[in-house]
Amino acid sequence: MSTRARPQSLRPHLLLAYPALMLGILFLVPFGIMLTISFFHRIEGGFYEPAFDFANYERFVQAYFLRALLFSLFIAALAAAICVATGFPFTFLLSRFRRRTQVLWLVFLMSVLSLSEVIIGFGWSVLLSRTAGLSHLMVALGLMSEPQSWTPGFAAVLCGLCYIAFPYTVLVLYPPLSRLDPELTEAARTLGASPLRTFFTVVVPARRGAILAALILAFVFTLGSYLLPQILGRPQEWTLSVLITDQAIYNSNLPFAAALAVFLMIVSLALIALTLRLGRSGTAERPEPGGAR
Amino acid sequence: MAGLVLSGIEKKFGAVVAVSSVDLVLPNGKFVCFLGPSGCGKTTLLRIIAGLEMPTSGSVVLDGEDITGLPAHKRNFGMVFQSFALFPHLSVADNIAYGLRIRGTDRKRQRQRVAELLELVRLPDVGERRIDQLSGGQRQRVAIARALALDPKLFLLDEPLSALDAKLREAMQIELKLLQQRLGITTILVTHDQREAMTMADLAVVMGANRVQQVGPPLEIYRRPANRFVADFIGTSNLLTARVAGPGQVAVGDRSLAASAMPAGLDRGRDVTLSVRPEDVHVLPADAKAENLLPGKVVFLRDVGANVETYLDCAGVTVISVATPKERPDLHQGDRVAVQLPAAACVVLAE
Repeated sequence: MSTRARPQSLRPHLLLAYPALMLGILFLVPFGIMLTISFFHRIEGGFYEPAFDFANYERFVQAYFLRALLFSLFIAALAAAICVATGFPFTFLLSRFRRRTQVLWLVFLMSVLSLSEVIIGFGWSVLLSRTAGLSHLMVALGLMSEPQSWTPGFAAVLCGLCYIAFPYTVLVLYPPLSRLDPELTEAARTLGASPLRTFFTVVVPARRGAILAALILAFVFTLGSYLLPQILGRPQEWTLSVLITDQAIYNSNLPFAAALAVFLMIVSLALIALTLRLGRSGTAERPEPGGAR
Repeated sequence: MAGLVLSGIEKKFGAVVAVSSVDLVLPNGKFVCFLGPSGCGKTTLLRIIAGLEMPTSGSVVLDGEDITGLPAHKRNFGMVFQSFALFPHLSVADNIAYGLRIRGTDRKRQRQRVAELLELVRLPDVGERRIDQLSGGQRQRVAIARALALDPKLFLLDEPLSALDAKLREAMQIELKLLQQRLGITTILVTHDQREAMTMADLAVVMGANRVQQVGPPLEIYRRPANRFVADFIGTSNLLTARVAGPGQVAVGDRSLAASAMPAGLDRGRDVTLSVRPEDVHVLPADAKAENLLPGKVVFLRDVGANVETYLDCAGVTVISVATPKERPDLHQGDRVAVQLPAAACVVLAE
């Protein structure tokens, strides 16, 4: 039996071999290299030598880097929350429009993805500047008395991060929302729920999974951004990703940069795992209240 | 006037007309079926009544109150959807209690009502289950229970049985009808299945080509179809081209036949259609002496056990006769016979 079944079951494995190989070469090997380097010893004024010490990780436990880590997590979470809070209602409404309108909007959002982060960063820094920015428009409209500069600053960084993460949020939310049976919302309407109530009691809970997925994607995506905080932020708004770049390129301290990167990855993976766990137990508990017994 | 009154309802989607010039009076407490082929506008009409669609023109009046512009969530009509539309994130009990929770009914009353409704649809033990743990028939019952939770003024069902397999569908038809009789609630069900309408409806509304074609008790519609469309859509019908030969008389070829149902005011010589149900067509020996005979020839016999279908050629027109094996005369393919179309079964259609 098993000898006969073997050659047949080998084929799908062979098909998987190519993606597995590519994943190995392009992802696992570089990660292994990074992990190894993070334990290496740096030579002042030179490169690094093989070693196995935790000095790089020890150095990390300083107020300066921990503050940067907390700030990075905070601003990425905030940007993710803003993206989903605006992107979810937007995508829901979009999925209720005519097909043509939907396609036009999606193409427009995708075109944002074709811009490089540098261009987006400088674009926003012009728009938020005192000399040529949006504040002139506000003055012209009589909403402000004199033009003002909003960059560099926290709001400018947040604005830029939301701008780059928003299209991805919409792209993640669009398929599940466009597949949502319109009869579900109609059923809620016939049961006495206003459109707003229907949105919060049916659309949002029925698409918890998609919301969670979009939150995680936007969070991870903004956490990795290292250009926007430099262009739009002051040094106190520099995220850990900026500091990693700084260590790797300007201080040529690759071992320490690698250690920072590994640490950032572990922390964000832990946070994602926690979020998924909370999301799952949330859905499991939902049928409890109001249940007939 | 107690009941639902639709007057001059028209609905257009862009340039496409979905329903036009619908005038209907549906008395309270009746089981009404909107019956028609797909795309005839029956679902659109139901959605207009539910408030999910606004009519382009016309009015919807319930018990003397104009509700044309009232949004769906302020109407309190229970509706069962084709896909059942049960909320996937809620348990069975929470689905049924949804409307009560929106209204802010207290928890204890909610639980009580959910138990009552589950009892009503004969599913007492599934309250805690998730929707994806239910079978199709169970989902159907939960959808019905949810729609009835708020004691709605109207109970609307949009092809609710089409997702079920044939056997379950037949059983649910009877169950739904009994439920409606017990509750006495005005019910409107949309279907394309005439058997379903015959089983359940007190009043059938036959729709075709975006209009109402005929309204009446289903048996009356079956016996006296108002036009060619209804005669053709409801059951099978022999449709013969004829001419008006006088009051209560039509001519088919060179034979004159008496017809009991004939619209008044038709001019002599006018072309009409004669409709006769196959079970009313009798096949007699060629030399028989009786009223309303047409000469014919047996073209084909289909004996399916429970009944026998005889295909007859009457001067180039195919006429089908259905009889039980007991009353079946001894016939063979090619026999010359006399085909009797009894006057009581002949319905003259004006167009």
